[in-house]
Amino acid sequence: MRLLFGRSAPCARTLFVLANKQGIRAQGALLQALLAVLLAFSGLLHAQAIEPMPFANHAQELRFQHLTHELRCPMCQNETLADSNAPIARDLRNQVFRMMQQGRSDDEIKHYLVDRYSNYVLYDPPLTAGTWLLWFGPLLILLAGAGVVLMALRKRQRNGAGTTDASMDNVPTDNGDDW
Amino acid sequence: MNRLLPFIGFMLLVALFGFGIWWNTQHDQSAIPSPLLNKPAPAFNLPKLYEPTQRVSKHDLLGKPYLLNVFASWCIECGVEHPVLTAEAPHLGVQLVGYNYKDAPDDAKRWLAQHGNPYALLIADEPGNTAIDFGVYGAPESFLIDAKGIIRYKHIGPFTPDVVASELKPAIATMLKEAR
Repeated sequence: MRLLFGRSAPCARTLFVLANKQGIRAQGALLQALLAVLLAFSGLLHAQAIEPMPFANHAQELRFQHLTHELRCPMCQNETLADSNAPIARDLRNQVFRMMQQGRSDDEIKHYLVDRYSNYVLYDPPLTAGTWLLWFGPLLILLAGAGVVLMALRKRQRNGAGTTDASMDNVPTDNGDDW
Repeated sequence: MNRLLPFIGFMLLVALFGFGIWWNTQHDQSAIPSPLLNKPAPAFNLPKLYEPTQRVSKHDLLGKPYLLNVFASWCIECGVEHPVLTAEAPHLGVQLVGYNYKDAPDDAKRWLAQHGNPYALLIADEPGNTAIDFGVYGAPESFLIDAKGIIRYKHIGPFTPDVVASELKPAIATMLKEAR
């Protein structure tokens, strides 16, 4: 919905410029009337969109979109603030918007929400005592895997070098590699 | 021994996943631990539900501990919790304060008329902005606030007789013992 509306506005403007360039007054007036209808209709579209917010400019809208996509809705924890339809997500979006109008930075806004809803609201959890396993767990698993591979390789080398060993004669059918 | 290794690895994974399932059944996955626990309750200034011209602030409630219960007429779980609260309220030893959250006052009053009103005091937050300061993200939620205005305990979701006995009452007992 937002995309549709976002595109319709510049499109109408292009039409308007074209009409002025051609300088055909009668047709221009007709086009203007058409545009007036289109504009009225776009207002309707706007009203139907999910809570349009009076952004000061496009950069601010982009900043808002970016920020609300980095924040997690506390109610439905698998959705971002931007995506969620939960009432609390709507309230928090409004709060983020209000704070942006007050000129608060992204960090200040995040800090405000973390103070109230803990780090759960951040999709990018900070490195703390409680999250080190989250951050370095994959590395630990990788290291453990590398260790296993290394051990297996070493063993294979030893086995390969010592096939004539007496110890191997004790294993008649199974050399331990069949799995 | 080598033949047993995959089996041992498999059993380790089974144990890990089993632990995960057990852990998740022991914890409410939707409950976010409040960072406000053991910190001063946020300042608020809200109208009373029945006398909207009168306002209640955090300062007005200092001096006596209270259980702040966030509820709403649109909240289904609140209807589940309500009989428990009504039954327990006289035996809690603290005042029960109702926090009507994002509700039309008329709906709230009708709901209370229908289900009964166990609250000693009722405040209304129709826009729901003050609730953000409390870290409220749904209803019901309850805060135990001591005489100094410190949040001592928070429960997310409806109170069941079990939770009242195993969590709320011990929390109140600890709080009252410390105050003495």
